[in-house]
Amino acid sequence: MVSDYRIKGATGDWEVVVGLEVHAQVVSDAKLFSGAATAFGAEPNTQVSLVDAAMPGMLPVPNCECIRQAVRTGMALDAVINRWSRFDRKNYFYADLPQGYQISQLYHPLVGPGEVEILLDEKDENSVKQIGIERIHVEQDAGKLMHDQHPTMSYVDLNRSGVALMEIVSRPDMSSPAEAGAYLRKLRAILRYVGSCDGNMEEGSMRADVNVSVRRPGGELGTRTETKNVNSVRFVMAVIEHEARRQVDLIEEGGEVAQETRLYDPDKNVTRTLRSKEDAHDYRYFPDPDLLPLELDEAFIEECRASLPELPDDKRKRFEGLGITPYNASVLTAEVETARWFDALLDAGAEARQAANWVVAELFGALNRLGKTIVDAPVSPQQAAELLGLVADGTLSGSLAKQVFEIMLDTGDDAGKIVDERGLKQTSDTGEIDAKIDEILAANADKVEQYKAGKEALFGFFVGQTMKAMAGKANPQMVNERLRAKLN
Amino acid sequence: MSELTSKTIAELREGFRAGDHSAREIAEAFNAAVVAGRSLNAYTVETPELALAAADAADAARAAGELKPLSGIPLGIKDLFATEGTDSTAGSNILKGFKPTYESRVSANLKAAGAGMLGKLNMDEFAMGSSNETSAYGPVISPWRRNDGWNAALTPGGSSGGSAAAVAAGLAPGVTGTDTGGSIRQPAAFTGISGIKPTYGRCSRWGIVSFASSLDQAGPMARTVLDCAIMLEAMAGFDPRDATSLNLPVPQWEAGLSSDLRGKKVGIPKEYRIDGVPAEINAIWDQGIEWLKDAGAEVVEISLPHTKYALPTYYIIAPAEASSNLARYDGVRYGLRETGVKTLDDMYAATRSAGFGAEVKRRVMIGTYVLSAGYYDAYFTKAQKVRTLIKRDFAQAFAGCDLILTPTAPSAAFGLQEKTADPIAMYLNDVFAVPASLAGLPAMSVPGGLDSQGLPLGLHLIGRELDEQGVLNAGLAIEERAGFTARPEKWW
Amino acid sequence: MARGRPASRATMSVNAEQVRHVAKLARIAMSDAEVEAMVPEFNNILHWVEQLAEVDTDGVEPLTAVIENHLRLRDDVVDDGNCRDDILKNAPDAQHGFFAVPKVIE
Ligand SMILES: [Mg+2]
Ligand SMILES: [Zn+2]
Repeated sequence: MVSDYRIKGATGDWEVVVGLEVHAQVVSDAKLFSGAATAFGAEPNTQVSLVDAAMPGMLPVPNCECIRQAVRTGMALDAVINRWSRFDRKNYFYADLPQGYQISQLYHPLVGPGEVEILLDEKDENSVKQIGIERIHVEQDAGKLMHDQHPTMSYVDLNRSGVALMEIVSRPDMSSPAEAGAYLRKLRAILRYVGSCDGNMEEGSMRADVNVSVRRPGGELGTRTETKNVNSVRFVMAVIEHEARRQVDLIEEGGEVAQETRLYDPDKNVTRTLRSKEDAHDYRYFPDPDLLPLELDEAFIEECRASLPELPDDKRKRFEGLGITPYNASVLTAEVETARWFDALLDAGAEARQAANWVVAELFGALNRLGKTIVDAPVSPQQAAELLGLVADGTLSGSLAKQVFEIMLDTGDDAGKIVDERGLKQTSDTGEIDAKIDEILAANADKVEQYKAGKEALFGFFVGQTMKAMAGKANPQMVNERLRAKLN
Repeated sequence: MSELTSKTIAELREGFRAGDHSAREIAEAFNAAVVAGRSLNAYTVETPELALAAADAADAARAAGELKPLSGIPLGIKDLFATEGTDSTAGSNILKGFKPTYESRVSANLKAAGAGMLGKLNMDEFAMGSSNETSAYGPVISPWRRNDGWNAALTPGGSSGGSAAAVAAGLAPGVTGTDTGGSIRQPAAFTGISGIKPTYGRCSRWGIVSFASSLDQAGPMARTVLDCAIMLEAMAGFDPRDATSLNLPVPQWEAGLSSDLRGKKVGIPKEYRIDGVPAEINAIWDQGIEWLKDAGAEVVEISLPHTKYALPTYYIIAPAEASSNLARYDGVRYGLRETGVKTLDDMYAATRSAGFGAEVKRRVMIGTYVLSAGYYDAYFTKAQKVRTLIKRDFAQAFAGCDLILTPTAPSAAFGLQEKTADPIAMYLNDVFAVPASLAGLPAMSVPGGLDSQGLPLGLHLIGRELDEQGVLNAGLAIEERAGFTARPEKWW
Repeated sequence: MARGRPASRATMSVNAEQVRHVAKLARIAMSDAEVEAMVPEFNNILHWVEQLAEVDTDGVEPLTAVIENHLRLRDDVVDDGNCRDDILKNAPDAQHGFFAVPKVIE
């Protein structure tokens, strides 16, 4: 599907070409090459080993779990898993880089080409687009610099130094901010399903380098700029919009786009030059002589494959197969927590279509109101299944179910208990219903006349009156049947 | 030299175990020798208290009947090894005052085996040199002198120059060295002692300041082949903290020593007959061939066709790795920091300029250049390909022989400052040693005899991967036949 | 050997400006005199190592592991760190648990 996103320039339309390099922090207890912890938010320099601080004579030993997570991620992106890869050193000097090099993978990455399927329109199943993945490599994160603690000094905290990252490099397959946003959200969902990255962008667990260029529709690729370390989906979209506009304006004014590295300032919503091509780093990559080639055996690969969960697309298709609407299926699978919650609801015996409607309308509405997420929902999937069961077997009407649900949210009690204790059960006792109907028809003889004369809209009035008289507990279907019998 | 300081490790161990002398007596004798030998500049730090503490522990262990393999033996440790609480500077100003909070695996192994530490040994800065003249502590003076009466100060070789001088002068019965391109073997040859570089991966590199990671190996230097076997057994072993460490049991090299070489084939590489090498070197080599034949070996001519390219290959790969390994010396976390600069980059540049000596700068610059954009394939990749060919040469040669015999160095020890003006002339010192380093093979130097100036010359044995035993055995066969007992006359 | 060979001896010579560039990459401050002195030394060494161009390396793989060995992986266990005093002990300037460096402007 071709994007129709265009930048309107003074000289005509321009297309935008976007590629993303996403750095995703790997979920592991220990760092990529040392036994120091990775947990977020510790006291400065407390999660640092001698290896992470690059003390003389210290050597890296790779963490199996980090490799495993990257391989599983690659599999989830339908990517080639390279049985033979190796680590290279990327050499540059910076205060957050203790070794004077980052251990990364340039020449032989762990994961090769793959792809991610996005929906350009969430409600349209046919708006599919494939975004190519070029590679995933594993590398070390750097430490952190603090500039605001001292007038003339910067402070270095190495807690993050050596934490494992996956760099997921896309092909320049995106052609609008929306596509990039959809790609990022989808990628994030997949990583979170796999469990290889927590996707927490505020804590920096995922950040993107945004490569943007513009061209005439269908024309030659333009020069690209790279905006570094953008840490939210919204900002990535803003960068693309802003950067495309800037490049178009520049070109149309007779200027040339410089291949350079830029930084995004979210407060001002502008990008600015960080490094030009002239003073670009010469990273002097070469194979890390402290490490041997990484060779994966079949058993390892198989274990990785076997441990993969059902992924968002498969889950969505399965949900649709259960009769759930495409929209609901897509909403229910967008976040791994929602999908897990919903699967638990199905496991507890709820009927799929009814359950999907209820989750999307009732549960999400309630969570929204309460400012809660599905993870801290006050109602468990088992409790919800019980509630839905009471509706299905006719014990509760829709409106009674709403009442019961509100009480569940308040008290945390089970639906059955609430129904029993408060007598909220709907009645299908024809005797009781008939008696009430008779009272109402008698009291409204004039309206009965009018109805019989052809004013059929009054039927609703009788239903309402009956339900009211029954304090909402009558089975509405039953009320309908009995009323029709008596009126006709 | 007191009686004790003239003994070998094996003799000291035997005397200590038999109760002829206490460990404390041994330590005191060597501590005194270290002080008396200060004019050699072999030690950068003296740690007599550590030697005594280990000795007292050894004496207590002996009393309790709990002897360890090296109980009672004090050793010198090359300054490239991190030693907990003791300055570990790699012979460099940039690490002046650096006191590690950790102990290198190899020195920890030696200490766990009961050995004490006499002090840290001087060396070429970051092990870059073949004459110990690049040390920030100044050159080590060899205890040897020429017999011409001129008495010029000679080099003990390098980079393990302090190690070699200490053993030769009786300032330690045994020492650690490291060998990246000959740094154990060439100084051993220059000072009339023995030293072995084991197979790459036998000794853990954890806690040894890296020079060139794919080449660096620790090894022992001592008076005799037996002492080398005793020490290497204690030093070697698998270390999960070094990803290149070999996960293999440590052989019992001492128990396996035998100078009977019947059934062994010794290869003599024709490419090692190099123009310009003094006749005396070739003569001692020929003598070595006769000794090995006498020990029962069959001698065959072999070819190592890429020998001539080993040094240039080495002088691309080693500086490249070093340029990266030495990037961590930036004045941020330890060691020297130059202040009075405005920016971080200026601090780096000023610190590294002040902290590194000329040879280190030269190699870091060369290494940076050969890895830089546009040159990487032409230099670094090319060198790694030639390295593959060099390794292949050895594999092919070892199809037809069990061991290789060559001279250790192309000359005897030279005078200080004789070669400092010409880096390439200095590099040529390692022409015989470097090929085995590039192939990761075990190799050893043992004394062969004295030249006409009265200076020691070494013979060099190269073995198959993991065949330290074969190398040690051939070394023993030469040692027994060479009867090399010459010692430098004490002038210091 | 079409690619990967130094084009010709003459073109591989470095001049003072290139030496300065390399010194900048390596973060080694050098005076003009030091740069001038290093140019011929640098070229001597480069010309000497360029004899490798004579070697036919067609079809030869660059060496990856000098001794046949396989990369071992560590278990994902936190068994290190939590040693800030050790980490900062040798620091030229440590403040409030951080390493301090001249201010970096980003
Ligand atoms: Mg990037
Ligand atoms: Zn990266």
